[in-house]
Amino acid sequence: MKRFSLTLLGLFVILSVVLTACGSTPTATPAQQPVATEEAAQPTSPATQPSGGKQQVEVFSWWTGGGEAAGLEAMIKVFKAQYPDIEFINAAVAGGAGTNARAVLASRLQAGDPPDSWQGHAGQELIGTYVAGNQILPLNDLYESEGWLKVMPETLIPLISQDGKIYSVPVNIHRANVLWYNPKILKDHNINVPTTIDEWFAAMDALKAAGVTPLALGEQWTKMHLLETVLLGTLGPEAYNGLWSGKTDWGSPEVKVALENFAKLLTYANSDSASLSWQDASQLVVNGDAAFNVMGDWAEGYFRELGKTPQVDYGWAPVPGTSGTFQFLSDSFVLAAGAPHPDGAIAWLKVAGSKAGQEAFNPVKGSICARTDCDKSLFGEYLQSAMNDWATNTVVGSLTHGVVANDSWKSEIDTALGLFVQDGNVNNFQAALVAACKSSGPCK
Amino acid sequence: MIMRGEGTANKSPHPLKNWIQVLNMRKLIKDKDRVLSVLLVSPSILAVLIFIYVFIGWTVRVSLSKWKGLNPDYSWNGLTNYINLFSDPRFAVDIRNTVIFTGVFVVGSILLGFLLAVLLDQGLKGEGFFRSLFLFPMAISYIVTGVVWRWLMNPATGSRTSGFNLLFSYLHLDFLQNAWHTTPTWGIAAVALAAIWQMSGYTMALYLAGLRAIPHELREAAQIDGASEVQIYRFVVLPLLTPITLSALIILGHMSLKVFDLIIAIAGKQLPLDVPAIYMWQTTFDGLFYGRGAAISILLLISVAVLIIPYIVYTLKNESFK
Repeated sequence: MKRFSLTLLGLFVILSVVLTACGSTPTATPAQQPVATEEAAQPTSPATQPSGGKQQVEVFSWWTGGGEAAGLEAMIKVFKAQYPDIEFINAAVAGGAGTNARAVLASRLQAGDPPDSWQGHAGQELIGTYVAGNQILPLNDLYESEGWLKVMPETLIPLISQDGKIYSVPVNIHRANVLWYNPKILKDHNINVPTTIDEWFAAMDALKAAGVTPLALGEQWTKMHLLETVLLGTLGPEAYNGLWSGKTDWGSPEVKVALENFAKLLTYANSDSASLSWQDASQLVVNGDAAFNVMGDWAEGYFRELGKTPQVDYGWAPVPGTSGTFQFLSDSFVLAAGAPHPDGAIAWLKVAGSKAGQEAFNPVKGSICARTDCDKSLFGEYLQSAMNDWATNTVVGSLTHGVVANDSWKSEIDTALGLFVQDGNVNNFQAALVAACKSSGPCK
Repeated sequence: MIMRGEGTANKSPHPLKNWIQVLNMRKLIKDKDRVLSVLLVSPSILAVLIFIYVFIGWTVRVSLSKWKGLNPDYSWNGLTNYINLFSDPRFAVDIRNTVIFTGVFVVGSILLGFLLAVLLDQGLKGEGFFRSLFLFPMAISYIVTGVVWRWLMNPATGSRTSGFNLLFSYLHLDFLQNAWHTTPTWGIAAVALAAIWQMSGYTMALYLAGLRAIPHELREAAQIDGASEVQIYRFVVLPLLTPITLSALIILGHMSLKVFDLIIAIAGKQLPLDVPAIYMWQTTFDGLFYGRGAAISILLLISVAVLIIPYIVYTLKNESFK
């Protein structure tokens, strides 16, 4: 019996060693990467380069389909032309808007195996998560040496910085505060494109009376998208920015007015909003089933895919109350604190911020450059108008798309919004927003 | 065995040697067998130990911590995460939805499954065909079921009406048209319909096996005693099917507590159809509230355990009697 238990014990020890060794690898590296094991074996000190003399850079993103993947390929081509000696490893993980990719990234970072550079929504989504976790490095020197401060909007920089340090390189810019409308419906009912929230309400009252669905709305996140544009439209850019810096009181009467505007807007929306994706909702406008829709300007790429013509099948304007303001979101790249190949990462970031890189990526993806000096002739009619606004407007950040609030704060706001859509109680909603700012934002 | 061996040894010394040899051989073989069996089982035992029980322990620890954000933070937080959950209006929605979903799904699947099994048990032609037909939905993943039912339960009105609602309007049954999963409060029951469609075939298979196991003599005896068909089912068949019902209850019940993918496929992450598993995923991986997410997982685990453990104890007891 003794020998037997000894055997058993020995077996357990051996097996546990084997099992833990097997166990750690799959959690640390996604399956898509052929070089992952080689990388994991290398020490993560910044100066290390592969012994063969061949340099590498591993870039992590969720650009795996459609215009995004094509745009990334185009940008990789530019990179390979400029840095033929550096091997580019595309560590893209599939999944809409990066929810899968971010879970994979989080487990890699927790396992001490960061990619050299990764994609993230510019602003607090990156800063709140990765700066707080000491996972990424500031890039002020790169901005100085590459002259990016001169070619990117002045009001953009504070939104992608923390304590004066810039943390990411924005590659593309999308606009969140766009009101899409059906020109024919508006013309048939003699309605001008509204510029203030009150005009908008009046227009939608008229449409509702005429039996037209005034506003197309989709699932929960599109409601948050609507909320952020209404907050901006009601409060104006300065007070809106104050919401996120802690200067504007979430409990103030002005915020309450904004929330009541939002509640009123919901009454104009289609009844089946909870079952529609953003594509379904935007499509209602171009198909003539609804008059207005608030969605980011990626909707324009979708309209083109559907074979619709700008100004005929769809028109656009800033969301009422927000003209002169560009509510942006952006995909950007960071420099990992423990990057195995920091030189490669810097080279990649230089390409990502360059005119050539952004001109290669954006026309394909259907977004505009973060730089203001891109060649306009490469872009379509809508994007050209967006480029003009980007260069001249006040820039503020989007909530839904990660610019102004960290992940925790955003998820608390999302919960508050979901509960509000259920019960319609503005006072509870506002109280929950105040609590969210205290627990996860800058409010004290 | 050893006792008998010793008894033999006392009586006659000669066969003793043989006996001891035989015994040793047997013991050796038995030991070898045992070593081998332990050897074969130990990887899975170890894997279960590490990947289930150690991680449960770790999750309990995280649920008692203040961890929020990307970097682990194990600072002690006591039961705060749990206490907060019970005053969290979103968790209240989750509990409401879970109760509604479990009730509709379990009762619906058991009733429908039983009905199908009784019908199939009548000895109709092509029973095999129907059995596979009803069992097929179970072979489909919840995601696929969800996508199809999302389309069937389209709540759009007017010219965009489709799915069931359109069918009802063709059949002039317009009063049946409804908002399905977008109905306030009870929307989750519509999701349970899809789950019933998927799992009632499985319940049917359970009941059919149970029905087939009932000896024919019992029914005949009841018939001779003058029992009607209904009485036979009420007093003979149903009592004998109690263990089957219990199994079905446990299996369906724990599935419904853990439901996640079906809801995601039908409605995405939207609060009206929120359940604990979705809240856990969102708050942990989207909101980085690791402590809160761990607390939700542990509550989920406890709720499943409350259902499963008595069942396991009951089954083990019954088996050891046999």
